[in-house]
Order: sequence, then structure tokens, then C-alpha cells
Amino acid sequence: MPLTPIQTLASIAVMAVVTFLTRALPFLLFDRGDHPPKVVLYLGRVLPPAVIAMLIVYCLKGVTFSTPGGWLPPLIAGLTAVLLHLWKGNDLISIFGATALYMVLVQGVFA
Amino acid sequence: MNRKTLAAAFPLTIPVLMGYLAIGIAFGLMLQSAGWGVGWAVLMSLTIYAGSGQYLGVSLLAAGAALPQVAFLTLMVNFRHLVYGLSMLEKFRGMGLRKLYMIFSLTDETYALLSSARAPAGVDEHDFFFAVALLDQSYWVLGSVIGSLLGSALGFDTTGVDFAMTALFLVIAVGQWKAAGSHLPALLGGAATLISLLLVGAEDMLLPALGIIVAALTLLRPRLERAPAREEEKPCP
Repeated sequence: MPLTPIQTLASIAVMAVVTFLTRALPFLLFDRGDHPPKVVLYLGRVLPPAVIAMLIVYCLKGVTFSTPGGWLPPLIAGLTAVLLHLWKGNDLISIFGATALYMVLVQGVFA
Repeated sequence: MNRKTLAAAFPLTIPVLMGYLAIGIAFGLMLQSAGWGVGWAVLMSLTIYAGSGQYLGVSLLAAGAALPQVAFLTLMVNFRHLVYGLSMLEKFRGMGLRKLYMIFSLTDETYALLSSARAPAGVDEHDFFFAVALLDQSYWVLGSVIGSLLGSALGFDTTGVDFAMTALFLVIAVGQWKAAGSHLPALLGGAATLISLLLVGAEDMLLPALGIIVAALTLLRPRLERAPAREEEKPCP
């Protein structure tokens, strides 16, 4: 726990305020019938897939290639998440299946 | 809001009940294993109330990220909410003070339910929307509490539970990939982040990556504007 309780509170407050603002902004700007600028609509459409791809790479930043345990568990569990999702299309099965497999791999197989 | 309204809203929210319990439990587990207990889980789920935002929040707290970075990354991961609000302008009109809560609680799942939901006969539509939103958040808080308590229960080794965040983003990416008219934004996002990781290292990789992404997408706009989405994008947590 690297943060003090006050620092944690400040971080949570920032997350809460910014999250609310992203939800409130359309109502603040366009609730009187104005049309949003086309570039906003465009970025709203193309930014999400790019940001999610970015976050996937961010999640995998700790991967190392010096030992099999450094890269095989995230590779196997990541492929499992994708394949489960293509097969069943159920968020829960994909997330829980892959996470459980990952936990088994890092706690048992490659420990 | 009366029992009749709640009873009408509940069946509609059952898929979200399942989803939010599961993803909330994973969130509670992650936060607990990062060192923050059940009180913090409740506080975050009450005040932030965002699936991928709170998952990212755990890693930002664990990394001791500076507030400007927390603000910027929260903004980016929640950017899609801008689009949700645009399509709810009409629906929330005339809801008075409850409109503030409706805007606050406009998650992917609640958006998905509200964008297609119709109140049954005899139930006020605004009461119905409010009940759906309130039920959804109660599931989310409940899941967070269960996960946090499970994580603190004796003898439960939570090593590796943080992979739930990776899996969540992969699942969202699969859905987006299938719905996208062009895969260029997703590929660009991955490539820009890898380049940033190699150039500046794991600690500071996200801001340069976002800069490259926004600049490149703006430059590519003439090309990408011609590739409309094939179908409604499936919302994810």
C-alpha cells in the first residue's frame, strides 16, 4: 500500500469526478439541442478500440522473456480469454475462465 | 418509486446482476490483494462506479500514480461515455434531480438496458429508468463487497487475480473487433503503446502512447470516416 489514506482518498476523488464529467459532458454541452462537432463524434467512435488496445499492452508490460514463467502464463491465459469469448461470447465465462487458469499457472505450474 | 416499479425493472436487470456480481467480485479481490480493504471497495464502487475505470484505478493506486496521471487515464478509459450521453439526452429530459443520478450511473450496461428498455404499462417511464439504474449499482456494490471479503478470508491465495483486468480488456477488444468497420484504430493503439513502452519504459508509457494515438487518429480521419461500423457496438463493462 504505497499511498497514505489521504492520498488514496484524493486519487479516488479524482477518479470519481473525472468519470462523472465524462458522463455529464454531453448533457452540459448539447442538452439544448445543439449538434456535437463531427470531430467529437469521430473520436468517440475510433478512440475506444485504440484505448482498449493500449490498455491491453499496458496490462502486459510486466512480461519478461528470461524464463518461461515470465511470458507463457499471460500468453496462454490471454489466448484462452480470446478463444473462450469467440466461442461462447459470454463476458463472465471468458474473464473468470482465463483468470482462474492464470492463477493456476502462476501459483502452481510456473511457481 | 414503489414496489411495482422495482418489480417491473428487476427482470430486465438480471443479466447485469450476474455480470456485475462477477466483475465486482474480481474488483474487490484485486483491491484487497493490492492492500485496500472492504471500506475502500465500497467507497470506490459508490463514488466512481465504472468497471474498467475501477480496474485501472486499482493499478493506479498500487503504482502510487500522481493525480494528473490518474485524471488523464480515467478520462481516456471513460471517453466512450461521451457517446452514451449523446444518445440519452432525450430520454433523461424532465427527470429533475434524479437526472443527476441517471448521468452519474450511466455505465455501459445501464446504457445498454436503457437504450432499448420500455416501461411496462402502468409504470412511469422515468421511475422505471431510475429503478434500473439503482438496481444495477446495487449489484456492483454488492459484488465489490463480496470480492473484498473473499480476498481477506483466511488462506485464499489471490496471486494472479489481477489478470482479470487483462481478460476484461481482451473481452472488450474482441467485441469491438467484431463490430468495427476498420481495425486500424485497434492496431494503431497496440502499436503506438508498444513503441512508447520501448522508448520511455513501463513507468511513463501511457501518456506518450495516448498522444501518438490521438494525433494519428486525427490525421487518419479522412480515411476512417469512410469506414462506418458494421453493427451496433456491443457494450462491455
